[in-house]
Amino acid sequence: MTDIIIHCLIALLLPPLLLGVITKTKAAFAGRVGAPFFQPYYDLLKLMRKGSVFSTTTTWVFKAGPLVTLAAILVAALLVPLGRHHAPISFQGDMVLFAYLFGLARFFTAIAALDTGSSFEGMGAAREVTFSCLTEPTLFIALITLARMSRSLQLSTLLTYPTPAIWLAAGASMLLLVVALFIVLLAENCRIPFDDPTTHLELTMIHEVMVLDHSGPAFGVILYGAALKLLVLGAIFINIALPVTTGNSYGDWLVFVVAMLVLSVLIGVVESVMARLRMVRIPQLLVGATILSAFAMLLVLR
Amino acid sequence: MNSFADQLLVLVMLINLVMLGSSRLLFSIRAVAVQGAILGILPGLIHPFSGHLAAITVGIILIKGVLIPYLISDAVRKAHIRREVEPFIGYVPTLFLGAIFTALAFVFAEKLPLAPEHKELLFVPASIATLLAGFLILTTRKKAISQVIGYLVLENGIFIFGLLLTEAMPFMVEAGALLDLLVGIFVMGIVINQISQEFSSIDTSRLRALKEE
Repeated sequence: MTDIIIHCLIALLLPPLLLGVITKTKAAFAGRVGAPFFQPYYDLLKLMRKGSVFSTTTTWVFKAGPLVTLAAILVAALLVPLGRHHAPISFQGDMVLFAYLFGLARFFTAIAALDTGSSFEGMGAAREVTFSCLTEPTLFIALITLARMSRSLQLSTLLTYPTPAIWLAAGASMLLLVVALFIVLLAENCRIPFDDPTTHLELTMIHEVMVLDHSGPAFGVILYGAALKLLVLGAIFINIALPVTTGNSYGDWLVFVVAMLVLSVLIGVVESVMARLRMVRIPQLLVGATILSAFAMLLVLR
Repeated sequence: MNSFADQLLVLVMLINLVMLGSSRLLFSIRAVAVQGAILGILPGLIHPFSGHLAAITVGIILIKGVLIPYLISDAVRKAHIRREVEPFIGYVPTLFLGAIFTALAFVFAEKLPLAPEHKELLFVPASIATLLAGFLILTTRKKAISQVIGYLVLENGIFIFGLLLTEAMPFMVEAGALLDLLVGIFVMGIVINQISQEFSSIDTSRLRALKEE
């Protein structure tokens, strides 16, 4: 019971802090003081107090977009085990539901962007779905590989399955999975080198262009959903990359939170040292990630 | 020790894919150098230590990892070759083909009647995958210099296969193969220089038609 409560608390409260840590890391690299760690929370509170402006051309789809997206990601957050603990909801085959909850979230973000009738947002939607076509197989193949190794289709079992012993025995395929999942993590969360979450109104951006027309609480919901998505995909990455257990339940939660913060620092470092890729190079890297995970599967299958 | 050799072979296969997907010439040359150096370490892992083994390891690392890449990049510099590799088919399709070939190599290696002690190892699939990747680089790139790189990858594939036989393969044969390779690269370097002086382009697709001056 306490584990379920802690799971929900972490899933609800931690995500904006991750964004704060990333911003702070980037500021440190640039030699600036940077916004405080809790700035994303203030931003969210500020947005929630504001009023919304809805264009007269939009319909209910536009208003439903952010809410459905957040709801789908919240359910996904309940399905994924954080650290070494089983998730509150888990059943056989929930990995498929998990992957398609992201699909649903993306569909509603894209359809809300198309609903505004702006060609600029349509372009963003087209890019988003094109690139997600390439990241989805990677995530799926990675999950299938783990399912095959753990002989279970349940996210809670297959993600808590990796242990240091398995890393020693099948190090090559685990390493391939970790690299592929890190690329997925960056691409799905619209981080550099795929997309720049801090630019607005630029022709090269992907995700940010789709949410230009949202304002006030709706935009706050979108921001919060994006942060939550970072936590969910980060949890998958950490479960595979850092399969340690302290033996103590509270110790494991602490390890998870610290690992999540370290992962945010890592993302901040990647964003600081890399430039955004040219648009034509992005599919190449994403296909590369798919091939890495397929290769890991091949090594596990033989 | 064999599991470590397997990890290195996975790395070798990854380098194949990296080379198929990369667009930079110098990057490919460096990748093939790293691949050669990894292959140099491998014999030391699967055979008991001896003076002859140490000599072969040092020789392979020096020639495949340092000397040959140096000769190729020298040719690139002298012939003023542009840094893109200019493939006939795009990078993503080649990468896909490479991945399919790697998968097929695994399937094919399963079917081969191998000695039981070699069944569990990655040597045979890695060797076939590297061979096919070499063929792919040889056939899909326009520049003569990338074809040299393809040829090197091809040779690396053959070398991995040879590792299974090193018990029976005397030092002289191995040294002879390395020497042949070295001379081959040397000659190709000169030929590429000549081509670039004569034709101001080393695009092999333009060298098909013969014409009188």
